[in-house]
Amino acid sequence: MGDFFTLSVLVATAASAIRLATPYLLASLGETIGQRSGVLNLGVDGVMLLSAFFSYWAVLETGNLWLAVLVGLVVGLAMGILYGVITVGLSATQGISGIGIFIFGLGLSDLLFRQQVGTPKPVRRLPNVDVPILSDIPHLGEALFQRNLLTYLAFLLVPATALLLSRTTFGLNIRSVGENPQAADSLGVSVERTRFVAILIGNSMAGLAGAALVLQLGIFQPNLTQGLGFIAVALVYFGAWRPAGVMGGALLYGLVNATVLQWKALGIIPVSGSDLANMAPAILTILALIALARRVHAPSALTKPFTRH
Amino acid sequence: MKRQRRLSPSILVMLGALAFAGVACGGGDAEEPAAPATTAAPTAVAAGPLRVAIVAPSASDDLAFSQSMVDSVNALERDVELSITDGTFIIEDAAAAIRGYAEDGNDVVIAHGTQFGASLMEIAPDFPDVTFVWGTASDTQGLDNVFAYAPAADEGGYVNGSIAASLTDSGVIGVVGPIEAGDAVAYINGFEAGALAGGASEVNITYTGSFGDVALAAEAAEAHLANDVDVLTGTAQMVVGAVGVATDAGVPWFGTQANQTSLAPDLVVASQVYHWEVVLEEMLALRDGGVLGGQAFEINLANGGLVIEFNDGFELPAGVRDAAEAMIEAITSGTVSTGS
Repeated sequence: MGDFFTLSVLVATAASAIRLATPYLLASLGETIGQRSGVLNLGVDGVMLLSAFFSYWAVLETGNLWLAVLVGLVVGLAMGILYGVITVGLSATQGISGIGIFIFGLGLSDLLFRQQVGTPKPVRRLPNVDVPILSDIPHLGEALFQRNLLTYLAFLLVPATALLLSRTTFGLNIRSVGENPQAADSLGVSVERTRFVAILIGNSMAGLAGAALVLQLGIFQPNLTQGLGFIAVALVYFGAWRPAGVMGGALLYGLVNATVLQWKALGIIPVSGSDLANMAPAILTILALIALARRVHAPSALTKPFTRH
Repeated sequence: MKRQRRLSPSILVMLGALAFAGVACGGGDAEEPAAPATTAAPTAVAAGPLRVAIVAPSASDDLAFSQSMVDSVNALERDVELSITDGTFIIEDAAAAIRGYAEDGNDVVIAHGTQFGASLMEIAPDFPDVTFVWGTASDTQGLDNVFAYAPAADEGGYVNGSIAASLTDSGVIGVVGPIEAGDAVAYINGFEAGALAGGASEVNITYTGSFGDVALAAEAAEAHLANDVDVLTGTAQMVVGAVGVATDAGVPWFGTQANQTSLAPDLVVASQVYHWEVVLEEMLALRDGGVLGGQAFEINLANGGLVIEFNDGFELPAGVRDAAEAMIEAITSGTVSTGS
């Protein structure tokens, strides 16, 4: 265990936790906005898969990383339009629609990958960018301020999302249509439009999450996310629909995963205990959800389609 | 001549579309998927191509386990009509595909995954004229229309490990594995034995707990690098993430299952490649003679089913390749035990 508490290993663990947390954070923040408006999207994983594929394909074809990020964002936006039409326009059941989006994204990204790429080919990864001055802080600078730009963006979006939800008229509209859409409607707030825009923002951020994942790894393969989008949805509950809480959940999940991997590499967790250790992040999440369940308040109109009476 | 068709991605897209159609029509639930294999009633075996179907757990071009079987069937010296259902990480989906292919009149159905065994035991007795090929497995569970196959992956692992020991400066070598099962364990144990026998001081092994989690595999490789590892290997389809980390760090990589040189042309040293066609040809010859199953086969260095493919783009120190060739000879002749 002593080997783990060396500065170099702790720094590597922190850096790993942040890398792992980045896609979760982007997707969860987007989903937070959507859920605060009353719309649950179980299709986050499918949106991430499609965005990840198109981002990968863009960088494979052009070599341009920023075009790839833009492509991921646009694909997320497009999926948001689709999901918005289904759930807001057609008032379809959100749970089933989300599962449909997931299966569609899983299958289409797989199909397109086989048609357009085939065997996995490595592409450029997002380079790390040093934050002036801060990156020079011994050890801490290496762990926190020598990351890629999408990681910085993800963490900057935490206060931005909090401000959006709590200090803007649009944020107030989002919260009101998520809590009591009938009352919001009676006050002249367009429930449909507000929810639609919230869905677009949420799906765009899921698209960014897909781009972040694939551009951190530098490769795509079918079902790349491995259910990451579903964990992102769970993190919204974990974070009690608050951006700071969601960030805490994403970081905790990343940190537990990173620590388990370090302990395995160091032999602290023997091979025979590997399977048990693999469950640690999920167990922790479940325990936290149980602990939080009594004191968190979900948006009252979550999953409920709006119909004007 | 080989003809190929794949099913799973299209089915998933259709499923998604069905789900949309279901909710848009107000019906709520998506319809149950049809069995993966679709057309035609069973046909009698007659002259013409041999109809072979593969059901595989990951992508057929994963540069690892599933691709090794697809490449092997394509290497058969026969006229084969090949159907593939891949990405069947859900066992029930695989079982539906296996049964569907048997009903569809395929001559040979390959269930490429240890985890498909229980399903196969239920399905195979219903189709006594179909040859089922199952692996990795060391026995046929007493069924006379099932052939089993397994690789002696420890042999190539041992060779890779002995080469890795000659490349490490720190003496510490890292391994990224999936789940502690099947040929992954054999390869990793063989690699560890070979590396330690070759002079490495430490082999650190991480099982990520997933065959498909690329991000976790990448972070496992990062964790190794933080602990003085300067040579890496790994097994299963998720290692593409770990190879990317090795590439960025300039660390040599050893592959297994399929040739992984294309992932890192400058850093892949060698790959243990599975050539299942060696035993598939034997199975098909038996089938031609009326024996539809009941035997287990192994690919190894001696029968040519395992081949160490060196990457000429990676310059090995003088004498290392010769030593590796000598090691292969020694394992083949039985003078070196790989610890299996």
